[in-house]
Amino acid sequence: MSFTDFIFLAFSAMLIASALAVITARNPVHSALFLVLCFFASSALWLLLEAEFLAIALVLVYVGAVMVLFLFIVMMLDINLVQIREGFVRYLPIGAFFALCLVGIMVWVVGDFGARIFDTPELQQAVQHGADYSNTKALGRVLYTDYVLPFEVAAVILLVAIIAAITLTMRRREQTKYQTPGKQIRVKREDRLRIVKMDSVPGEPKS
Amino acid sequence: MELLYLAIPLSALLGSIIAGLFSARIGRVGAHSVTILGVGVSFVLSLVALYHIVFAGGEIFNATVYTWMVSDGISFEIGFLIDHLTVMMMSVVTGVSLAVHVYTIGYMADEEHNWPKESLAGKNAYQRFFSYISLFTFSMLMLVMSNNFLQLFFGWEAVGLVSYLLIGFWSVRPTAVYANLKAFLVNRVGDFGFILGIAAIVMYSGSLDYYQVFAVADRLADTSVSIFSGTEWNLVTVICILLFIGAMGKSAQVPLHVWLPDSMEGPTPISALIHAATMVTAGIFMVSRMSPLFELSDVALSFVMIIGAITALFMGLVGIVQNDIKRVVAYSTLSQLGYMTVALGASAYSAAVFHLMTHAFFKALLFLAAGSVIIAMHHEQDMRKMGGLKKYLPITYWTSLIGSLALIGFPGFSGFFSKDTIIEAVHHSTTPGHEIAYMAVLLGVFITAFYTFRMFFLVFHGEQRMDKHTREHLREPPWVVTGPLIALAIPSAIIGWITIGPMLFGNYFDDAIYVAEQHRGLEIVGQSFHSAIGFVEHGIFHSKAFLLAMAGVFAAWYLYISNPAGADYLKKVFAWPYRLLEEKYFADRANEIVFGAGSRNLGNRLWSTGDVAIIDGLMVNGSAKLVVWFSSLVRQLQSGLLYHYAFAMIIGVLGLLTAFVIM
Amino acid sequence: MIGLNSYLILGAVLFAISIAGIFLNRKNVVVLLMCIELMLLAANINFVAFSYYLNDLAGQVFVFFILTVAASEAAIGLAILVVLFRNRHSIDVEQLNEMKG
Repeated sequence: MSFTDFIFLAFSAMLIASALAVITARNPVHSALFLVLCFFASSALWLLLEAEFLAIALVLVYVGAVMVLFLFIVMMLDINLVQIREGFVRYLPIGAFFALCLVGIMVWVVGDFGARIFDTPELQQAVQHGADYSNTKALGRVLYTDYVLPFEVAAVILLVAIIAAITLTMRRREQTKYQTPGKQIRVKREDRLRIVKMDSVPGEPKS
Repeated sequence: MELLYLAIPLSALLGSIIAGLFSARIGRVGAHSVTILGVGVSFVLSLVALYHIVFAGGEIFNATVYTWMVSDGISFEIGFLIDHLTVMMMSVVTGVSLAVHVYTIGYMADEEHNWPKESLAGKNAYQRFFSYISLFTFSMLMLVMSNNFLQLFFGWEAVGLVSYLLIGFWSVRPTAVYANLKAFLVNRVGDFGFILGIAAIVMYSGSLDYYQVFAVADRLADTSVSIFSGTEWNLVTVICILLFIGAMGKSAQVPLHVWLPDSMEGPTPISALIHAATMVTAGIFMVSRMSPLFELSDVALSFVMIIGAITALFMGLVGIVQNDIKRVVAYSTLSQLGYMTVALGASAYSAAVFHLMTHAFFKALLFLAAGSVIIAMHHEQDMRKMGGLKKYLPITYWTSLIGSLALIGFPGFSGFFSKDTIIEAVHHSTTPGHEIAYMAVLLGVFITAFYTFRMFFLVFHGEQRMDKHTREHLREPPWVVTGPLIALAIPSAIIGWITIGPMLFGNYFDDAIYVAEQHRGLEIVGQSFHSAIGFVEHGIFHSKAFLLAMAGVFAAWYLYISNPAGADYLKKVFAWPYRLLEEKYFADRANEIVFGAGSRNLGNRLWSTGDVAIIDGLMVNGSAKLVVWFSSLVRQLQSGLLYHYAFAMIIGVLGLLTAFVIM
Repeated sequence: MIGLNSYLILGAVLFAISIAGIFLNRKNVVVLLMCIELMLLAANINFVAFSYYLNDLAGQVFVFFILTVAASEAAIGLAILVVLFRNRHSIDVEQLNEMKG
């Protein structure tokens, strides 16, 4: 077994183990942190697959932004830890069964004992690139020429996500005072002043 | 001539309609006048037709008056067949009907007493009665004048309907209502067989017309039908038996006889008209009309004869123990109908029809006489409360005597000629079972004489058993009542002398009745017939029937006049047979239990199981419950929980994966 | 030795784990969302593996976009979660059954 293979096995093991930990951890904060570990491991795997840009994007974007957001939410919500784990063991057999079924099918499709769908010659060995191959450059070249429209659409999706998130969660506080200049300029005299006519009555001085 | 024939039933119908629809306007006198006029015209025209056909040598009239429709090659029409048989029946029907119409004026004179004060049905009841009996006359005429099965059936049903209306005429009496329902329902059973017979005729011969059916009768005799799988029946036998079942219902043969005694709930005039003289004879007439068919089936003839013999004997026996004067005459009618049926079975159709004619006269006479007695006794009908009425009701007495002598077959009176002919014809017939039938009719003579003169002695002779108040009011009813009695007594006495020669042993019925070669019982009797006088002399000196009749009269005299205690003694000794006869062989009880209670039970069971449990419970409610149950099951899939839905999706994905992998 | 098949099997295993996680997790909506991220990660691994072995950058471009969408979906999902928590003061999944039939 070569070193690459060893790296692969090590990181795969770490990935699977932390994935299992995500779903079985008692504390949600622990779950989130294990998920971060998942992403790190898979980032390493992607480096093996010569997808450098994506590997680093996974870390920066996913771990750095999304998982931080997750942690933030988890810690913001006041969660009662005690009642969290009920029901887990009761449904474990069924869940495990179906999961194993799924794995079994997929393994059977691709694996050595099964259908071997992807055992064609051209899929056996990937093309090795030279030392000056820049994955980022190649990716960028393709992204802004062939896939520029999906790129723009992805940007719009992100915009929409921002708007949606804000719309959902923003609360207006009644006590906050703020100014609306547009309204201020449009004020008329009648809105602010009211003149009342009344007789002047000599008041009796009180002694 | 066609116009004349049309006028005969239509004038009766017209009288009925006017009396019925305008009853309030024309009042009582108007109603009886218009109906008597209508029936009178019918009677006169019937006599004209009789003269035309019989004496003036006119031809038989067989034509269609109106075609109702033609469907699938079968023609449904109204038509008349006027031959010797028809004109005889027409004359009898209209004659007796006219006598009854006149009689009713007297009988229904105080009709208002029969209804409660505010009864709606009681308004104009008098006119309604006249309308009904005219309507009956119309229906019976349509029956006898018809030339096809459709009109026959129409007349058949119509007389049954009017009988129902008339038996239950006093509809405020529950017994009358029970009786008319019983009559109609038992009739219906017979009609069921009748209509099956007509259907078979139409199916196999393709026509409803008499002559067309008779023309293909030979072909029908060679056909077999298989009613129950595996058994083959001769078609003509089946048809004849089915038709006779209709006759059994209408002419009250055992076991469909149960309605006739109960029909005495109706007023006496209709007992005379319908249940003695005319309607009940429709069955006899029908079988005679169908003689070409019946002659082709020995089995059917044997069946007819046996049933007739049973009726003649056993119904006579029941008549011995009756205490209601009308019931005695009713059972006598049943017995005499049995005689006519036996004659039919012996292929002596002309004898049966001859007896029909004589019986119409003397039985109507006896009924009307009984009605006269009832009127005089202020509507008391129990014979045990009568007695010694001879000196109070002389006309009734003498006419009753003539009627009774005719009934028992005393030589010289009309009944003697017809009854003795029947007995002799049965003796010489070849139909299987004729020996039993001969025994039965011979024994029946004794029994007939016994119950007839039992009634006669109990009512008119002996000690007076009525209460003082009734005795003081006893007087002969008015001439409208006694006139018809005299009018009917005359033919009861003499018509036998005149008609026996041509009718029975001449060629009177040649154009109507057909007798096959092997059934010439009546002809054998005819061979020794020379004249009416000779027949009388033969009857007195050489036949057993006369001796039996005299023995019956003597027995009645002994037990009810000479030694009344003897009757009570016999009643004690023969207690068990007495009970059997009193209960009319438990026929009514059996019907009640088997058919009445049985139907109710069946209906109940069908309702509770079939309707409530199966249809309502299982199908209607059950299907609803099934839907509800199923949807409650399916509803659990919609738990509202996210992970359940996700799980369902996963299962779906797995399924699809498996499907794709396998294929 | 380690070829395309290994990566595919790895992706399958990860996917199965996350599905089990969705089903088994009844009490915590946050973990539910995290399992969804895991599922997306499994798909991404598949894409990158294929891209490498087929020598086609389209796989990586697709992963790029999946990342984008996943991020926005996570954001919105968490926003919904926050609103949910404000109203119910609990993130118990079993209490979210108002739509049951």
